[in-house]
Amino acid sequence: MKIEEAKLYHKTDAVVVGAGLAGLRAALEIAKSGYQVAVVTKVYPTRSHSGAAQGGIAAALANTSEDSLELHMFDTIKGSDYLGDQDVIELFVEEAVKTIYELEHMGVPFSRTEDGRINQRAFGGHSATRACFSADITGHVLLHTLYEQCVKHRVHFYNEFQVFSLLIENGISRGVVAWDIRNGGLHTFHSKVVLLASGGYGRAFKITSNAHANTGDALGLILECGLPLEDMEFVQYHPTGLYKHGILLSEAARGEGAYIINDKGERFMQKYAPGKMELGPRDVVSRSEQTEINEGRGIGGKDYVYLDLRHIGKQRILERLPQVYELALNYLTVDAIKDPVPIQPTAHYSMGGIPTNIHTEVILDAKGTVLKGLYSAGEAACMSLHGANRLGTNSLQDAVTFGRISGIYMLKFMAENGFEKLPANPLDNAQRKISALTQGQGKERYVGIRDILQDSMTKMAGVFRTESDMLKLKAIIKELQQRFKNVTIDDKGMAYNLDLIEAFELGNLLSFSEVIVEGALARKESRGSHYRTDFPKRDDATWLRHTLAWRSDEGVKLDFSKEVVIYMDRFPPQERKY
Amino acid sequence: MAKVNLNVKILRYHPEHDKKPYWKTYNLDLEHDVTILDVLNAIHWNIDGTLSYRRSCRSAICGSCAVKVNGRNVLACETSVQVFKTSKLRIEPVPGFKIIKDLVVDWDDFFAKLERIKPYLILDKPAPEKEFIQSPEEFDQIQEAATCILCTACTSSCPSLWANDNYIGPAALLKAYRFIFDSRDGGADERLDIINDRNGLWRCHTIFNCMEACPKKIKITEYISRLKVKATENSI
Repeated sequence: MKIEEAKLYHKTDAVVVGAGLAGLRAALEIAKSGYQVAVVTKVYPTRSHSGAAQGGIAAALANTSEDSLELHMFDTIKGSDYLGDQDVIELFVEEAVKTIYELEHMGVPFSRTEDGRINQRAFGGHSATRACFSADITGHVLLHTLYEQCVKHRVHFYNEFQVFSLLIENGISRGVVAWDIRNGGLHTFHSKVVLLASGGYGRAFKITSNAHANTGDALGLILECGLPLEDMEFVQYHPTGLYKHGILLSEAARGEGAYIINDKGERFMQKYAPGKMELGPRDVVSRSEQTEINEGRGIGGKDYVYLDLRHIGKQRILERLPQVYELALNYLTVDAIKDPVPIQPTAHYSMGGIPTNIHTEVILDAKGTVLKGLYSAGEAACMSLHGANRLGTNSLQDAVTFGRISGIYMLKFMAENGFEKLPANPLDNAQRKISALTQGQGKERYVGIRDILQDSMTKMAGVFRTESDMLKLKAIIKELQQRFKNVTIDDKGMAYNLDLIEAFELGNLLSFSEVIVEGALARKESRGSHYRTDFPKRDDATWLRHTLAWRSDEGVKLDFSKEVVIYMDRFPPQERKY
Repeated sequence: MAKVNLNVKILRYHPEHDKKPYWKTYNLDLEHDVTILDVLNAIHWNIDGTLSYRRSCRSAICGSCAVKVNGRNVLACETSVQVFKTSKLRIEPVPGFKIIKDLVVDWDDFFAKLERIKPYLILDKPAPEKEFIQSPEEFDQIQEAATCILCTACTSSCPSLWANDNYIGPAALLKAYRFIFDSRDGGADERLDIINDRNGLWRCHTIFNCMEACPKKIKITEYISRLKVKATENSI
């Protein structure tokens, strides 16, 4: 069978792209109300990367310490380096508490206090023990529980389907076109609403905690449609990536008391965040680590430091941090009960993404003009809840809470609107991309291009950034984009063509990486995760603004007119010290 | 870093042009401490782009990459080539499933069996305003079972399943255990009705292959035995 002949059509009220926490929670909300929902996902739902989150999910339950919504709100705002929109954060902290009890009633196995309530532990940047957890597999149990609820409510899954194009015409979303990875063939999903919940973009970097699947595909598709992305220069580097692998070692290790030490055996966070020590926010701890490494105090002068769990003791490590223990053992053959674990900063979380309003509706411009029928939630979206730096455990909460909220608003839209017509020849765009790879005259395999991109992004767009590096990086990406036009794949078949998927993903990586770099080049200040050594101070007068970016073959257009929502009477910007 | 020369045989199959699977050999030099996933990536990226396999998280939590290496079911991402103590590797799909392409197998039946046991909390009482009270001891009953990543390593290593593919298999039974022994759950009877038959619980002959295959070291056979006790008590 030729690729052209495999064409299938599905009409469904809602399409959810991605089956992580945000996508599953949204799909559940829709299915419970009796509407049809198709979840289109490149991996089986339980394989989604939400499941790799370890340490916890934030909510001010006050089960193990004094806490309040106001305090959670303040910590999140300060953590965001004041770039987070405060109306969003206010809604978030209120809904977070409801979300946790709802999840518990759905069956999430939370670790418990002695009196049987949900246990909560300390986490970076939070001034109360606010992280509800299940040992150190919190994301895993949340993902499985939401999947189980979707099974119960008969959500229809299209597993191993890769979305290749968005069907948008005259400012209205009409569905998506997706490739059936298992069998080959393009399917048209015609829907009233589409939710983009396809996760983050860490795979633009070589050293990353992200899964192979985290290639920010929806972001590439949004740019292709001439729509903007927001705050893309804000990429979180997690301080405790497993050395060389980048795999996440949970912040829960520090929540349980682990130290970070340099070559001299010093707990160097004393110098950088004396008030919080190792439990400073991630941007601060990652920068501190990188400074120690750059100044020659990495272990043996090399590019890593130690995470030291030894004093926590065997029993507590195995009870509270079993996954951290196994990862260090299996990947670095380090027994964390007896020896410190080599770590380095690793690209971890995408604060930026697809701009939405507080109802999860995708917006087109700084004024907030809504694109009808298109929604986004979770890490793919930028609402902006996390601003310039996300606090640990706020992301799982973000995904579930705004997944639910997106479901509510999509239901309202579906009740009030019918199906729009599909564009003429809906498959053409996706077909063109596939044919270019399977039948084009390209000569170069995609792998070398991707290696250069990931290596360059890690070296030059990492924890510390400079203008000269950004200019170099921009030129590199431009050249790689040209080379990508001449790319080819070995596998030309229909069935489970991994080569086709990886090449398609690279096109997306190249597209939004240019936006990350242009934003980082333009933003001449240091705020949260974005640190410019040539502009080391935060500059609220000029830069307390969101970045919107559009991309075309001519380059990237930036707009800094989208203002941050700030309650000046309650949380005015202050200097950020820990 | 010391390099090693690896001789890797992979069971290949493409449904569009192969009548049956065949072994293909690759020789490559890699660092001595790479993982099986690193080996597959190196072949796919640099030698033969037509090789297909599943992978995602790289950190042994997503459950995508179970394969059989030198006769053992393992997660490719967390398993170092060093554990096999030889430079000769034979990598094939996990057994007991239909092959889609190369190392990619058909999971539909696996997930369908999981769905049969009603894998969700069944409440027989109204939910409280806040959380249900569950003691740490009650949580301990289900904690280990809840670490299951549904990687299929257990189910595909089970001789009872190879002999009879109607058997529901250890992963689905473990999921049944996880809910039946959850202090909040009220669905034990309806789930036991489903698994208390010759293609359910009683098809497990305590061979322990599942426990040996489990990358999370879950005591699956023990939990199935506890289900058998519960089913027996219920029927008396």
